[in-house]
Amino acid sequence: MYIVVVGGGTVGYYLTKELLAAGHEVVMIEKDPARARNIADELGSIVVPNDGCEGRYQEEAGMGRADLVAAVTGDDEDNLVACQVAKMRFNVPRAIARVNNPKHEALFRQLAIDDTVSPTRAILAVIEHDIPIHDLLHLAELEGGEVQIVEAQLDADSPVVGQEVHELELPEGSLIAVLIRDERAIAVRADTRLLNGDKLLVITSPEREVELRSLLIGE
Amino acid sequence: MRVIIIGCGRVGARTAAELDQRGDAVTVIDIEQRSFVRLPATFGGTTIRGSGADEDVLRGAGAEMTDLLMALTEGDNRNAMAAQLGKHIFGIPRVIAKINDPLRAEAYRSLGLETICRTVLLADALVMAAADGAEATEGRVLPPTAEPLRGAPPAGSMAARELD
Repeated sequence: MYIVVVGGGTVGYYLTKELLAAGHEVVMIEKDPARARNIADELGSIVVPNDGCEGRYQEEAGMGRADLVAAVTGDDEDNLVACQVAKMRFNVPRAIARVNNPKHEALFRQLAIDDTVSPTRAILAVIEHDIPIHDLLHLAELEGGEVQIVEAQLDADSPVVGQEVHELELPEGSLIAVLIRDERAIAVRADTRLLNGDKLLVITSPEREVELRSLLIGE
Repeated sequence: MRVIIIGCGRVGARTAAELDQRGDAVTVIDIEQRSFVRLPATFGGTTIRGSGADEDVLRGAGAEMTDLLMALTEGDNRNAMAAQLGKHIFGIPRVIAKINDPLRAEAYRSLGLETICRTVLLADALVMAAADGAEATEGRVLPPTAEPLRGAPPAGSMAARELD
C-alpha cells in the first residue's frame, strides 16, 4: 500500500517505521526542517520537509496516488485540514486522523474523515476498565455512535438482582446480548435469573443510556 | 444580530468593535486574555478566554443561538476547523473563515464555508493602486496626507514599526 503520513512527531515517526518494516511504501510530511532531516537521516529520503496541510507539498509527497493518508500531528486542526485537502484535492480513498480532543471525533466523522484515533479516549477506556465505578462501561460504538455496546456490572445494590430477564423493563431499542457469570458467557433467556456479580453486555443507544443505567445499576 | 468572533487580533478586535458599534451582540473568543486590550474601552460585548476550536468553549459562548460566526485567528487551519464546528455541530446559519492561503480558501469555499482571503484582498487593492492611484481603491489604499498625523511616532521608530 502507498501511505502518506502527515506529522513526524513521536507517533508519526514510529508509525512510519512500523509501516516501512511491514513492507509498505511510505512518505512522511513534516514541517519542522530539523526534525525532517533527522528522520530522513535514519529512514532514508522519504520525508517532505514542509507543511502537510498545503496542497503543493501533498502533491510533492505523491498524494495523488496514495491509498491512505494518516494525519497524526499533535494538532487536531492540522490533522483535520490535512485529511480534508487529501480527500478533496487528491481523492485519497481513505483518511485517518489522530484526534486529541475526544469531542472532535463527531465533527471529523461528519466531515468524511474515515477513521479517527483518539489516544485520550484509549487511555480513558483503560482507566475505566481498571477502576470499578458504578457506571456503564463503553465497550464499542457502532454506526457512528448511534449503537452502543455497554457493560453493566451488577452488585448487591443493583435493583435487578434476583429478577428474571422477562421481568425487566428495558428501555426501547435496548437488548441484553449476553451475560457473563464466573468468567463464562451465558446465553440470555426469558427465565434467566440475574445474580450479584453478573456482567451484562447490553446493546443500546446514547439516548437510552441514563434510563438503562438506573434500571440495571441503580442511582 | 448575534455574532461570535474568534481571534482578537487586530482584525478580530476591529471587526468586533465595528459590529458592536452598529448594535450587534458580539462575543469575542481568544486564547490569550491580553489580546482583549485591543478592544476599545467602549466595547459593550462579551469576551471569553479559550480556544475557539473547542466545542465546549463555543457552546459556552452561545454558539447554539448565534446568527454568525467569524473565525479570524492567525491560523488558517484553526479558522477552518472552528468554522466547520460552527456550521456542522451547532448549525450556525452563517460562518466566515479568514483563510490566508488562497488555494485553501477556494477549497473551503467549495465545502460551503464563506471565506475571506487577506492575500487576495490586499493584492487586488495594491494592483488597483499601482494602476490608478490610491483614490481608485475606494479607501482601501489611502492617499498620502500632507502632514503627518499629530502624535504619530517618528518614522522608523519602534512604535512606528509596531503599528505596521
